[in-house]
Amino acid sequence: MYGFEALTFNIHGGYLEAIVRGHRSGLLTASDYNNLCQCETLDDIKMHLSATEYGPYLQNEPSPLHTTTVVEKCTLKLVDEYKHMLCQATEPLSTFLEYITYGYMIDNVVLIVTGTLHERDVQELLEKCHPLGMFDSIATLAVAQNMRELYRLVLVDTPLAPYFSECITSEDLDDMNIEIMRNTLYKAYLEDFYNFCQKLGGATSEIMSDLLAFEADRRAVNITINSIGTELTRDDRRKLYSNFGLLYPYGHEELAISEDIDQVRAVMEKYPPYQSIFAKISYGESQMLDKAFYEEEVKRLCLAFEQQFHYAVFFAYMRLREQEIRNLMWISECVAQNQKSRIHDSVVFIF
Amino acid sequence: MKLFEDLPPMDHLRSEDMSLVQIIIPVESAHRAVSYLGELGLLQLKDLNEEKSPFQRTFVNQVKRCGEMSRKLRFFGDQISKAGITASPCPASQQVIDLEELEVRLSEHEAELLEMNANNEKLQQTYNELLEFKLVLLKAGGFLVAAQNHAVPAETELVESKYSKKDDESLFLLEQSVQPESSSKAGLRFISGIICKSKELTFERMLFRATRGNMFFNQAPAGEQVMDPVSGEMVEKTVFVVFFSGEQAKNKILKICQAFGASCYPVPEENSKQMQLTREVSLRLSELEATLDAGNRHRNKALASIASQQWNWTIMVKKEKGVYDTLNMLNFDVTKKCLVGEGWCPTFAKPQIKEVLEHATIHSNSQVGIIFHDMDSFESPPTYFRTNRFTHAFQEIVDAYGVARYKEANPAVYSVITFPFLFAVMFGDWGHGLCLLLGSLILILREKKLGSQKLGSFMEMAFGGRYVVLLMALFSIYCGLIYNEFFSVPFHIFGKSAYKCLESSCSDAHTAGLIKYRDPYPFGVDPRWRGSRSELPFLNSIKMKMSILLGVSQMNLGIILSYFDAKFHGSFLDIRYQFMPQMIFLNSLFGYLALLIVIKWCTGSQADLYHVMIYMFLDPTGDLGENQLFWGQKELQILLLLMAIIAVPWMLFPKPFILRKLHTERFQGRTYGILGTSEMDLDQDPDSARRQHHEDFNFSEVFVHQMIHSIEFVLGAVSNTASYLRLWALSLAHSELSTVFYEKLLLLAWGYDSVIVRIAGLAVFAFATAFILLMMETLSAFLHALRLHWVEFMGKFYHGDGYKFKPFSFKLLADEED
Repeated sequence: MYGFEALTFNIHGGYLEAIVRGHRSGLLTASDYNNLCQCETLDDIKMHLSATEYGPYLQNEPSPLHTTTVVEKCTLKLVDEYKHMLCQATEPLSTFLEYITYGYMIDNVVLIVTGTLHERDVQELLEKCHPLGMFDSIATLAVAQNMRELYRLVLVDTPLAPYFSECITSEDLDDMNIEIMRNTLYKAYLEDFYNFCQKLGGATSEIMSDLLAFEADRRAVNITINSIGTELTRDDRRKLYSNFGLLYPYGHEELAISEDIDQVRAVMEKYPPYQSIFAKISYGESQMLDKAFYEEEVKRLCLAFEQQFHYAVFFAYMRLREQEIRNLMWISECVAQNQKSRIHDSVVFIF
Repeated sequence: MKLFEDLPPMDHLRSEDMSLVQIIIPVESAHRAVSYLGELGLLQLKDLNEEKSPFQRTFVNQVKRCGEMSRKLRFFGDQISKAGITASPCPASQQVIDLEELEVRLSEHEAELLEMNANNEKLQQTYNELLEFKLVLLKAGGFLVAAQNHAVPAETELVESKYSKKDDESLFLLEQSVQPESSSKAGLRFISGIICKSKELTFERMLFRATRGNMFFNQAPAGEQVMDPVSGEMVEKTVFVVFFSGEQAKNKILKICQAFGASCYPVPEENSKQMQLTREVSLRLSELEATLDAGNRHRNKALASIASQQWNWTIMVKKEKGVYDTLNMLNFDVTKKCLVGEGWCPTFAKPQIKEVLEHATIHSNSQVGIIFHDMDSFESPPTYFRTNRFTHAFQEIVDAYGVARYKEANPAVYSVITFPFLFAVMFGDWGHGLCLLLGSLILILREKKLGSQKLGSFMEMAFGGRYVVLLMALFSIYCGLIYNEFFSVPFHIFGKSAYKCLESSCSDAHTAGLIKYRDPYPFGVDPRWRGSRSELPFLNSIKMKMSILLGVSQMNLGIILSYFDAKFHGSFLDIRYQFMPQMIFLNSLFGYLALLIVIKWCTGSQADLYHVMIYMFLDPTGDLGENQLFWGQKELQILLLLMAIIAVPWMLFPKPFILRKLHTERFQGRTYGILGTSEMDLDQDPDSARRQHHEDFNFSEVFVHQMIHSIEFVLGAVSNTASYLRLWALSLAHSELSTVFYEKLLLLAWGYDSVIVRIAGLAVFAFATAFILLMMETLSAFLHALRLHWVEFMGKFYHGDGYKFKPFSFKLLADEED
């Protein structure tokens, strides 16, 4: 129904779109952040947050708060909202919403596998997992010794199974392998999500392909930067890039042969949308790159709300809320460790 | 107009006089003063620190402490409700404790509770483990016995034929029969344990995959429910036994068990050892149970003692938090020794507040008194009506539309009677009225009891409006007597009917009609008319005309109230150019119609009023013919029509032009604004509420506004009058509906000779009456009466753009929910 979403969208999606827009208006505002930045203790933060939508989630926490509690409760709110929306959703929105969680699933799988490799306690690892990426047999991941077993034992039941087709090897797991696995999975996931959105058509595909392309490009840059100086070959590196996005295919060729950050920069500056990001960063620096990318992402996510009758708002909302939780974590951490001057280093404002 | 001026002052019509006051409280007596003010509950303090975020305010620490205490209290509440204790609060035993002591006590209680919970949890965990072990022993022992019995030749096999159908079983059996030894020697080992029923399926599948099918899984429901330590709920569990061979498989299986949260327990193979273990476990279980019970009793006792005090404590913490929240709204003065607050209070309450503040000074041994004085304000004060439990509901009905402007005429005063009356016109049936009366009387008589407890949302609504329902019921009985309706059955209450049938058999009453043979029935509708040919035409005619009469009078009342408002505020412009033309317009058209109706009723004329009204516009000079009701009617009609036509421009044009003239006169020759005197500037505190506002005069805006207003009134006069016809429509619908239920349900069922059919008919009739007529119809008539008040009546004069007086009051705080 390309171009006719306005006619039929509200039959199934109208209620949830209203809900998600309502949730979006509950995001913390500039004045909230201003006040939060002035807090002296975590209790002040709790007190301030109790006036926002986080109130009911924090009010029953006993007083010596920890940063982890704050983050945990705020995440819980996001999870509750997500679950509520998922319950109400019909096809294809429900599939779309489920797609959003696959990214968290991949992270959780990697977390547990890495954890077991370093002989951590499974329960402890489970607590660290993102609640949105949980699946039934996640704890069993600890049993697996290599990729093949990982797939055959556990992941075959999960939606991640198809993404595994490229990384089934009998090699034993090690840090490098796992990192490659994460990126391969993520690549497959992004491509699958991208295709799914293309199939949905209309404004959804238009906006989502923009957002996902940005995500893919960001990953490509990060992979490149992180793999500089490791034993990852150029061909292997090339394989980890997603097969879409602004950089595909010529940018990928150039990124694959980049050997330092300034070469990456030279590649990226050929693409006008990314020029502004790199313009903010001085030569040779890669620390601030994350923040610059986050800022750009938030800008794009906020723009998704400018259009109506599409599913990208759900994706955008989840991402924005996640960014907000990251901000809260950073602020709480800074406040807890008396590093208030550094608050502005990493907070990305959402407006 | 003279008549109106001689009336006594109508205090109830206007909201209370309010004054803006300033209080300056020395810091040492601030807390006491504010809590006394809270007890009094007649002062609304303004937030003078709006630009400050909550944790930058002065008393933030105290507020935090109160928050912490209320969190503890909520925790107790949770624990109490989980333990299922319902202790009644005993306000009598309330001893006065101060906040510090309460804080200490609360933390003591919390620590005690937490410790008890921790101990309890540990015990519960051990208990659970033992219980699970016992279940595993019982069930898994059964499997093992069964498995061993297979080794014994075939006669027992049939009895335990559980496995015999499986393909691999025959192989297994063959092997066993060759080597009749115990299973462990055959290289076969087993792990037994217990797992949640919901996880069992995936668990089995995982085991199968991990061992590549080289295992044998056996399971049975545990039979008993085991408490889940995390959620505290009872969960169904399944006992399983896995047979496998090899060390590697064992490791894998153990890991999987761990991952699935399955607990494994070793079960000895020999029967005798099993028995022994079971006995031991049972013994320890019963011991533990006793300990657990004792612990629980102890905990419940502690909780019960908390529960008896919890309510008092909650109230106290709420009050304390309210006091500090209020203190946070005050400003420090320059010397930092006094708190300065501004707020609104009713003028009559000033002496009370002064007295209370003096008490506070004395009780807190303060050297300096509290200063309390008036300020002048440019802001519109809040609206405060003193209500009692009778008028409260009516005031709420009006406030739901909009809170009255300060000193605006309060329609609630008239609604007390007009609202239930208009309801009753639509709901006229004295049988239904009696039911409503009964209901409202029950609510009123049990007022004390119901008022103190929590009600459901529906009951809450009914209870809040109990006096409204009472009046509605009384008026329904009155109107029902006039309509002569009792569940649609006519009654001869006021004497004999004036009519009789043409023949004695009375077979043609519905077709031929009745003849009158004596004086009219003294009150209301003649019962004989029920079901006769002329019933509907007659009732329709009377109800329709009555609706118009009621409507015209209520709308006139609304316009007259606008006169009182204009006079009160000294706005003679509004009287001359709004009230007067409105009055003339409405009454020359619809007032005249009302007059015609009354004349027609009095004279018994056959004139067609539709015709009169329509031709009054179409052909004012034409001959009325047989429709003439009185002498000079034609001339009067022409006069009225002319007046109505003149009234429209009268409403529309003069007011905006006069306003413009006044404005230009006021600012004649003043190109520059007035300089404020230096005194005024000094007086002007930046924080103060006394902000001046300038009025910009925009002619086009005023004119458009006036135009909208006039058009709305002119069109509204027609549509509002028509809107009152809903009185007729709903009344008709109500009586027809009750007739249907009575005749088509009750009488039909009564026609059968069977008791069952009669009872069924009666039951259906009762349900239909209760739910459709008493509940749905009440609701719909209520809503229509509401609309008539909000739109047709209040639209004529009511602005409703004020804001409510919200004093800082402990009583309101206590009612508030979290």
